[in-house]
Order: sequence, then structure tokens, then C-alpha cells
Amino acid sequence: MSIVLITILTLAGLGALAAVILYLASQKFKVFEDPRIDKVEEALPAANCGGCGFPGCRAFAEALVKADDISDLNCPVGGPDVMSTVAEILGKEVSKADPMVAVVRCNGTCENRPRLNDYEGATSCAVAAALYGGETGCSYGCYGLGDCVEACDFEAMYMDEETGLPVIIEDNCVACGACVDACPKDIIELRKKGPKSRRIFVSCVNQDKGAVAKKACDVACIGCGKCAKVCPFDAITIENNLAYIDYDKCRLCRKCVPVCPTNAIHEINFPPPKPKPAKEEEPANTPASSN
Amino acid sequence: MNQKLVVSPSPHVHSGDSVSKNMYGVIIALIPALLASLWYFGIGALIVTLTAIAACVLFEWVIQKYLMKATPSISDGSAALTGLLLAFNLPTNIPIGLIIIGAAVAIGIGKMSFGGLGNNPFNPALVGRVFLLISFPVQMTSWPVPVASRFQYLDATTGATPLSVMKEGLSSGASFSEIMSEIPSYLNLFMGNMGGSAGEVAGIALVLGGLYLLVRKIITWHIPVSVLGSIAVFTAILHFSNPDDYAGPLFHILTGGVLLGAFFMATDYVSSPMSRKGMLLYGVGIGVITVLIRVYGSYPEGVSFAILIMNAFVPLIDRYMKPKRFGEKIKAAKVQKQ
Amino acid sequence: MLKTFSIGGIHPADRKISADKSIEVLPLPKRVVVPVAQHIGAPAKTEVKKGDLVKAGQVIAKSGGFVSANIHSPVSGKVFKLDEVVDASGYRKPVVIIDVEDDEWEESIDRSETLKTEITISSEEIVKKVGEMGIVGMGGATFPAHVKLAPPPGKKCEVLIINGVECEPFLTSDHRVMLEKGDELIVGIRILMKALKVDRAVIGIENNKPDAIKHLSQLADKEQGIEVQPLKVQYPQGGEKQLIDAVTGRQVPSGKLPIEVGAVVHNVGTTLAVYEAVQKNKPLIERVVTVTGPGVSKPSNFLARIGTPVSQLIEAAGGLPDNTGKVIGGGPMMGKALSNLEVPVTKGSSGILVFPHEEAHRKPMENCIRCGKCVSVCPMGLEPYLLMIETEKELLDRAESDNIMDCIECGSCSFTCPATRPLLDYIRLGKGKVGQIIRNRN
Repeated sequence: MSIVLITILTLAGLGALAAVILYLASQKFKVFEDPRIDKVEEALPAANCGGCGFPGCRAFAEALVKADDISDLNCPVGGPDVMSTVAEILGKEVSKADPMVAVVRCNGTCENRPRLNDYEGATSCAVAAALYGGETGCSYGCYGLGDCVEACDFEAMYMDEETGLPVIIEDNCVACGACVDACPKDIIELRKKGPKSRRIFVSCVNQDKGAVAKKACDVACIGCGKCAKVCPFDAITIENNLAYIDYDKCRLCRKCVPVCPTNAIHEINFPPPKPKPAKEEEPANTPASSN
Repeated sequence: MNQKLVVSPSPHVHSGDSVSKNMYGVIIALIPALLASLWYFGIGALIVTLTAIAACVLFEWVIQKYLMKATPSISDGSAALTGLLLAFNLPTNIPIGLIIIGAAVAIGIGKMSFGGLGNNPFNPALVGRVFLLISFPVQMTSWPVPVASRFQYLDATTGATPLSVMKEGLSSGASFSEIMSEIPSYLNLFMGNMGGSAGEVAGIALVLGGLYLLVRKIITWHIPVSVLGSIAVFTAILHFSNPDDYAGPLFHILTGGVLLGAFFMATDYVSSPMSRKGMLLYGVGIGVITVLIRVYGSYPEGVSFAILIMNAFVPLIDRYMKPKRFGEKIKAAKVQKQ
Repeated sequence: MLKTFSIGGIHPADRKISADKSIEVLPLPKRVVVPVAQHIGAPAKTEVKKGDLVKAGQVIAKSGGFVSANIHSPVSGKVFKLDEVVDASGYRKPVVIIDVEDDEWEESIDRSETLKTEITISSEEIVKKVGEMGIVGMGGATFPAHVKLAPPPGKKCEVLIINGVECEPFLTSDHRVMLEKGDELIVGIRILMKALKVDRAVIGIENNKPDAIKHLSQLADKEQGIEVQPLKVQYPQGGEKQLIDAVTGRQVPSGKLPIEVGAVVHNVGTTLAVYEAVQKNKPLIERVVTVTGPGVSKPSNFLARIGTPVSQLIEAAGGLPDNTGKVIGGGPMMGKALSNLEVPVTKGSSGILVFPHEEAHRKPMENCIRCGKCVSVCPMGLEPYLLMIETEKELLDRAESDNIMDCIECGSCSFTCPATRPLLDYIRLGKGKVGQIIRNRN
């Protein structure tokens, strides 16, 4: 009988002691946390992609709560919906960030850009880039080893077996920027998604002189400047033999597309070409720019 | 030149070593022990070995093909090796059904559930064996008598292993030397003429195989020597402090799975440490735990448990037992000078 | 028991098929392409322009800093143009292209074969001369030689080690230099000893070159303080730190230079260049290059001008075999695979290696079986398997604390790995990333 009693008492005593210690410890080490952090975190998509520039959704939530002005902060995954929910929780003004999307600025398919040697190291663009300029005559272009696809958490990219280039599935892309960081050649860029997902960009990053670039790849930008001359909005700059279209200035008039001698300027999601491609067809979102 | 040049990072030459060469090397090293097992246990050894290998290879293939949706890599020999080692750790009168269960556990739980070759923290064959030992203790601890049961399988005449005789004898108060007269001589123990698992009995064959592994540089001396050395030292201390109550070191090394374990099970690449220092610590750990289980535990045999326990420590050992870095020697010398 | 280094090491088949071929002078090419960055450190600044007439030995690009080296015209002729061309790594680098006309050398250069043993200039003048003559480490690292001759204040050189190891399979250029230019080498060693103010020099030679050991031992016996140390064959003994360990038993601590343990190492090729620079006034404009490979019909050792296209060397060695799969600049362990054959010979080119298709490919990678062989062969005592994982998983702080920066990129781990994992590929990548982090921190 006494054994049972002693056992019960000892265990109960130990339990009580532990409870007291735990209570004291939790009091002593208590950290005040703004309850809104939890709420904001709940509203966020929990993708933990880092696309906002913070290490995970929790850190982003803390930053949102702390910041007085959250118009600079944006969750690329959740988009405007999530951000407006967050703004409601915090009672702050939300930004109306334009949705962005990743674009691959290289069109060096096997056909356009002949392979001059065979790479046989580890299947990683980073390893190949550390070793040499790549399988082709263009030392700026895509290696096609898929570091970007590997980095994508949203199944928004795949390697096209035929072209050897990565392809972005727009609907899945949340513009988190993981692929941009993964690419050792800085080929992938986040650009404004544009009205109705229409956008124009130079699909080349080659900075070699025109003749050299053209020899390496049929569709290389040769830096001739024709596009810059024809652009009515000064959206195109030529630097290091390479044209770049500023997406903030570009009004999608598409004048530059036909003048490019190497077809290096790509237009995406425009309706099929009309006999006169220079004509502007879309008045709704695009400010009329023609003539 | 008609073809494009290949460009790859250095080095541009390779030793020619391969995973399958290592695996088949171990299988070759196990052949003497297999022959010895066939000699002592005859038809039973044959059935157990073939069933275990076939079951392991089959499970690996099925899991890789249908569960992992990968290209099966059974030709690398690792599944066959697991099967062979599993068979070596089973008594030769064990029913086929149990062998298949053992193989399923070894490959399915012990290996593939962690991601396949190279990822398993525990030695798969031992996972299978220990699973069977705990689940089916009766079948797993009835040992056919060598030579006499050559032509028998399930109905083999069974007897005790020297280790269990010793354990019972010592606990009933008999002295070591008295018990030694009841069990086979040291020479017979070394030749393998005793009851036990299929592949663990023939010490001479195992040592031969172990030497082959060392000569071919498939294993290094660190693990076998530290396992055997620590068992010898530990049991010698016990024995010479009290010769009646504790068996001698030679008895401990020649009985049970010590030689099989030291040369073939503990040295399993995947579940052993990477650095030389780590290997020594790991080996000593196995030796000490084996003796603790044998002398103070309730099981007569402890090698399998000892190896599995030390397997669990391997990540920790790898984390803290780094190889000696180049240049460390100098640093140490300088610090002493100052 | 012969001496060797104490940690790790491998034994690749040495396949020195050009070892008995004496050095041949390669005919002058029609046009040379001279890169202005042929060394570690700051690139040189071009001093000529299109259309300039240059003589062999004339400075065409000035050293761009202390750790840098002059570039001299290897030929006489007219500057065709200054351009950027694709180098061995496929990136475009600035070069000077010169059309060869005759073979006229600067008057100050003594082109006679007579041995000049008397050293007339002072230590400081030697260091200056070596710098002016554009001499860099010719074993492949291309570190400017004069930097190594000027130990930092407070550090004293106790022993000069001459690297005649040539542990890379196939390569024989240093071997031939030791056999054919032994007298010049000994004078070169005395010059280096004078510059460093040391009284002891050791020539380290692996035991697979008994003729070189014998020849140099005979010559060294006549000299004060120069000795030959035969070494057990083991790769990578030609690594600076490994060689110091093998010869002196001292290990250079992590992140430190050899001078920390009182040693300075120079390659035999560099030593010969120093002799020619100091005694003959000849800048580094030509070097011995081994052209070899299993399918090469005439494996040879050529004395080639810097800037000669690789294709011309291969042509002189019997042409490119039909089933060529890979051409490597340097040895098979540390050399760089070339993506085109018009790249020029540079100061660091010790060999051109042509591999047939059978030997040009890697085996597919398998799972790591944790065999630990990479750990046991690593001459720096590192854990290549772990460093690869840490790089792949971007655990760069752990890679740093696991001493990734100590890796000498010798390739022993990848060579040994039974699962043919690209260990060094990833370690090299990790080194780059960790190096970047460390630079940003400072």
C-alpha cells in the first residue's frame, strides 16, 4: 500500500515541480510578439519562396507589420489579392504593383546557334559557366542545363527538349525570381507582365560585336540600333552592342519588331500577325501610340 | 575530324573503379564462407542463400521500377550482396516464408525507404536479420548441427551454439574451462565446425575473404582491426581478472558473428563512417557493445545489435571526427612552442 | 623508403610515351596570337598598336601591377591587330595578333648556346630582371616568378625547392628540360639561391625518371648546397604544398604561403627561364610543350614560341587522329579541355594532350555509396563528398568551415570515385562562391 502511495506522490510531486519550472521559464523568457504577425502570415500563401526578398513568409509578415509604408513590399505569389487582404489586416495602404513574369532572353536553339563542342561535366549551368563559355560560339547564351528549372518551386518552367532552352509557363509563374538568381548568365529577367500578358523584349544577351554575335547565332542581337531609331518612346537603349527595351517606357507599339534584321525582338501573346503588323490593334489597355 | 570535341572539367582520367566492382568484390570475398557453409549445412544453406538473394534482388527491382519509378539498378550487385549477407545471418533451417519477410524488410525498410543505395543509415541485411530475430525468436535461434544435417532442411537436427552453451553454463555457475570441454575445440571453432548462422561459422573462410577485401583495397584495416582488437582487449581484461566467470578473448572472436561482422557487416560502406579516425571509433564502439551484450545482456550474441547501434552514431561521428587536414600538424606544433 | 607527402594521394598510370623524345624546335608559325593575360594577377597593358613593327623579345604589354608580368613579342613582324579572341575557356580575351616576318631578335638578347656560369648581378637586380623578363610559374599556375623571389618582410627563406616532379600523367616537358638543359638548370638554381639568399636547394624528382635523377645528381655533386631528392611516385606530388611536405616534412598551414615554413618552390621550366633571362637577357617567349596522347602518331616535345596555335603543334606531332574526342591543354588530371584548336600556346602550357573518343567520355554518375575513398585520397585531408553536398545544397558557411578553400583542385577525388560523381566540378563551384563571400566580408 505504502509503495503505491509513495509512487503516486513522487510522480505527482515531480510533475508539479516540472510544471512550476516550466511556468517560471515561460514567464522569464517570454517574448512579446505582435499578434498581427500571425494573422498576416496566415494570409500569405506560405510558399516560402523568398520572392518578396525576405527569408520566408514569416519574415515577410514581420516586415509588413513593422513597416509604416508597405507600398514597396509585395508578395509576388499571392499578388494583389493577398496584398489587399494584408493591407486590410494592418490598416495600411497597399501598392498596386504591376504583375511581373519571368522571360528567357535567349533564343539560341540548336538550329539558330550551332553546337561547336560537347559539354560533358556535371549537369549544372553553374558548373559549366565556371568552366567555359559553353557549347556554342556565343559565350553569353543559355547552357541549357536547367539550373533555372531546378530552382523553380512552382512548376512554371521546363526544358524544351527540341530547342534546348527553358520555357516559362506563364500561368504558373509568380515572378519569385528564383530562376533569375539561379541563371549564371543572367539570361532570365523579370518583366512587366503587360496588359493581357502582352509584352515585347529583346531575346538576346550577347554583347559581342555584331559580326561575331551573328556568326555564333542566327538570331543574335547585333546592336545595329535600328530598333532604337524606330522607337517613338525612347524605350530602347543600345549598350555593349546589345539592345534593351525598358518595359516601363515601352507602350507595345511593336514598331521595333519588324525592323530587327535578326528577329531578335520577340512579341508575346499578341493576336496573329495581320498583313500590316505595324498597325496597333489593341486600344483598350494600350494607350494609342500609332502615328 | 568528324565529331565535335568533348569539353568537360578536369580530371580527364578515371581510376576505372566502379560501384559494381566493389559490390562484386565483396561477393567474391564471401565465396569461401559460402562454400564452407555448403560443406557444413548442405542443402539448407543452399536453399536459404538462393532464396535470400533472389528475394532481395526481386524486391529491389519491384520497388525501383514501380514505387520509385526509376530505372532498376539491380545489376550493380548491391541487392544481391544484401541477400547474401542476410542469408549468412540466418540459421539454415529457417522456413522460406521467413526469409522472404526478412528480405522484404531488409530491402524495403532497411534500404529503399531511405532512398536506395547510399542513403540507408543502417546495414540493410542486419535490419532484416534483427527484425526476424525479434519477431520469430524460436525459428531464429534453433541451429542445425553442422555436417550431420547436410541433407536436411526444415527437419534438421538442431543443437545449441557455443555462445548459448557458454552463456547458460556460466550463469548456472560452471567455470569457463569446464564449459570449454563440452564445446568444440578452438581449432574446430576456427574451421567452423559448430552450430550457428549459415555464413558466420567458418572463421578461416571469413578471414580469407577479409584478407581478399584488404588486398583489393575494397576495405581498409581500420574497422576490422578496431572491432576485433576492442573485443579481444575487453574480454581479455574480464577473463584474466576472473578466468572462471568470463570466457577468453579467442573464444569470443571465433564464435558468433564476430568475424563476419568485423570484415563484412561493419565495413558496409554506406552505414560506416568516412574518415579513418571515425572508423576506429566506430569499430571500438561495436566491439565494446558486442561484449557488453554478450556478457551482461540477455542475448548470447550481440554483434548485429552492436553494429546497428553504432550505425545510428555514424552521422554524428562523421560530423565531429574530421580527417586530419593538411597543415594541422604545423599549427599544433606552433601552439606548443608559444 | 623514398620520401613522399603524408596525406592521401593516388597512382594514375603515368603513360609518359614522349619521355624519350628530345626537344625539337618548332618552325615559326605564320601568325601568332599573344594573350595579354597569361598569368595570375593583373592583366598586362598593351603597348603596341596595329601596324607596329616588333622584334622578338620586345615588350608588347607592360606589367599591370606588382603581381603581374610583362608580355614580350615572341616573334618579329607586324602587329596585325589588337582584338579579342576566344581563349581555351571559350570566353573572349584581349590579344595581340602579330604577322610573322623573318626572325629578328632584340640586340640585347644573347642567342648563343654557350653556358654562362658566372652570376654578375646582385640579388635585387635578379628579382628585377626576372620581373622585367615576364617570367611566371611554368608548371601551369602561371604565378609571376619575381613575387615568389621577394619574401614578405620578416619571413626568411630556408630552402629553395626545385619542382622536377612532373606528376601529371603523359607530360614530359620538364623531364626533357632536366635531361637536356641540366647545366643551365644548375646555374638557374644558383641564380635563384642568390636572389633568395639561401644556401640550400633541393631538386625534387619522382622515381619514375631515374635518368633525370642520375644526370642532375652528377651535376649537383659539383655544386655547394644543391642536392637531388628522389621521391616516391605519387600524384599530386607536384603540388607546391605536397612537394614541400615530401621534401622537408613541413606542412604549409591552411591559407598560408610556402614561405611560412621557410620554403620557396620553383618549377624546372621556370628555373631554366630564369637562367636565360638573367644570363642571356632573354624574356619568356618560348617554352617546351609536350604534344602527346594515345592516338598521336608522333608524340613529341617541342620548343614552341608563345602564341603558336595549338593546331600547329598537333600538326607537327603527326596531325589530329581521326577519332579524336578531346584535346586537353595541360595534363589529364588538371588540364583544361579545349573547345577549339586555334587557341595559342601560353606561358603556362606544359602540354597538349589528344584523347581518342574511347577515353574522352565520363561514365554516368551513380549514387554516392559513402565508400570514403575520396576522403582517403584527398591530399589536403578534406572530405570531397561532403563539400559537394554542401555546395549543391548551398550550405556555403559549412563548406567554408570544412576548409573548402584549401582544395588544390588536383582531381584525386573525382579520379577515384567509384560512382563517378563530379566531386571536383562542384567543389570548384563551391570554392568560387565561398571565395566571393569571403571577399565581400573583407
